[in-house]
Amino acid sequence: MSDAALNPTVEALHAAAPVTQASIAQIFLEFLIIGATSFGGVVPYLRGSLVTKRHWVDDKEFVEMLSISQSLPGLNATNMAILVGEKLRGAVGSIAAIIGICLPGAVLMYIVGIFYRIHGDHVWITAALKGVAAAAVGLILSTVVSMSKKSLSGKFDFVFIALTVIAVNRLHLGVPRTLIAVGLLAILFHRPRKEQKEGGAQ
Amino acid sequence: MSEIPALIRVFAYLSLLTVGGGMAAFPEMKILTVEVHKWLTFPQLIHLYSVGQMAPGPNMMMIVAIGQWAGGLLGALIVLIAFFGPTALLAFIVARGWKKLEKWPWRTSIQQGLAPVSIGLLLAGCFTMAKGAITGVETAAIAVGVLLILMQYKINPALLVLAGAVIGVLSFMPK
Repeated sequence: MSDAALNPTVEALHAAAPVTQASIAQIFLEFLIIGATSFGGVVPYLRGSLVTKRHWVDDKEFVEMLSISQSLPGLNATNMAILVGEKLRGAVGSIAAIIGICLPGAVLMYIVGIFYRIHGDHVWITAALKGVAAAAVGLILSTVVSMSKKSLSGKFDFVFIALTVIAVNRLHLGVPRTLIAVGLLAILFHRPRKEQKEGGAQ
Repeated sequence: MSEIPALIRVFAYLSLLTVGGGMAAFPEMKILTVEVHKWLTFPQLIHLYSVGQMAPGPNMMMIVAIGQWAGGLLGALIVLIAFFGPTALLAFIVARGWKKLEKWPWRTSIQQGLAPVSIGLLLAGCFTMAKGAITGVETAAIAVGVLLILMQYKINPALLVLAGAVIGVLSFMPK
């Protein structure tokens, strides 16, 4: 076990694989930075930081983790923090990542909440918030459009979108019952078929 | 202080409804926080959610403000844990088991089936919010304007929400 014998192996390892070692402190700090800077949507910042800058996950893994995050309840941002944290450092890594990504926004909204409670009824704030709320509706609609372009697998999926909206907004079934009813219907519609098995991935 | 158990119940429940994004829980959040528990009014909920779109990090951090109003600092912390804890635990369990499900044919079915439902939930949340936020021609024009700009150009959405504030001050200030 001499140093001379060890060194070449260590160097070879470093050259072969990108560094995937991350300490708990590094994980916390990286997610804290993402949490503090990710204005206007977390996903591009996550990719820039975790894939491009740190090489903690590769691009394929990132896409895979994102698709898991989207199928699970929970926000993409926090689900991604859990998945990446788990991959790097297990349970403690997950906890460090989710606290890091939530902390800056939580502190900010805590302060905003107190400020809004005191000053929320000033005329110019009411006027500004009216514009902000209208802009937020436009933003959500644009997310609906871009998600529809990206993640739908056929024209018939629009029927499930319509059924979901009707169930929640018209029939007032509530989200859980809607999820179970329309969700099961949609999953059965997309059930595994024979050709798929024979044809492989598609 | 007596609000703490209710905060835990409500936000842990809402947590599990956020399929495809936080907005999916918005209709239920309106019913529970505004109508049932009266922690805030509907316009306040819309304002907090919208302002939250300008904050960095996960986009439902406005829940912290609701927790703070209902239960102070403890309320804010409780709400964070209740809202993010259950889904975090679920994601953690799935992270460990997902690889094993790679060959399971229903995995693709679940992903394909949940995609339109989560878009529908997002749209339903959007309609619930629009009922309070779109009050006339001007607000409708702002919403459509933001939608068209975002579809056409690659621009940071937080900037457009900020622009909404400026347009709001210019157009809705009592003369």
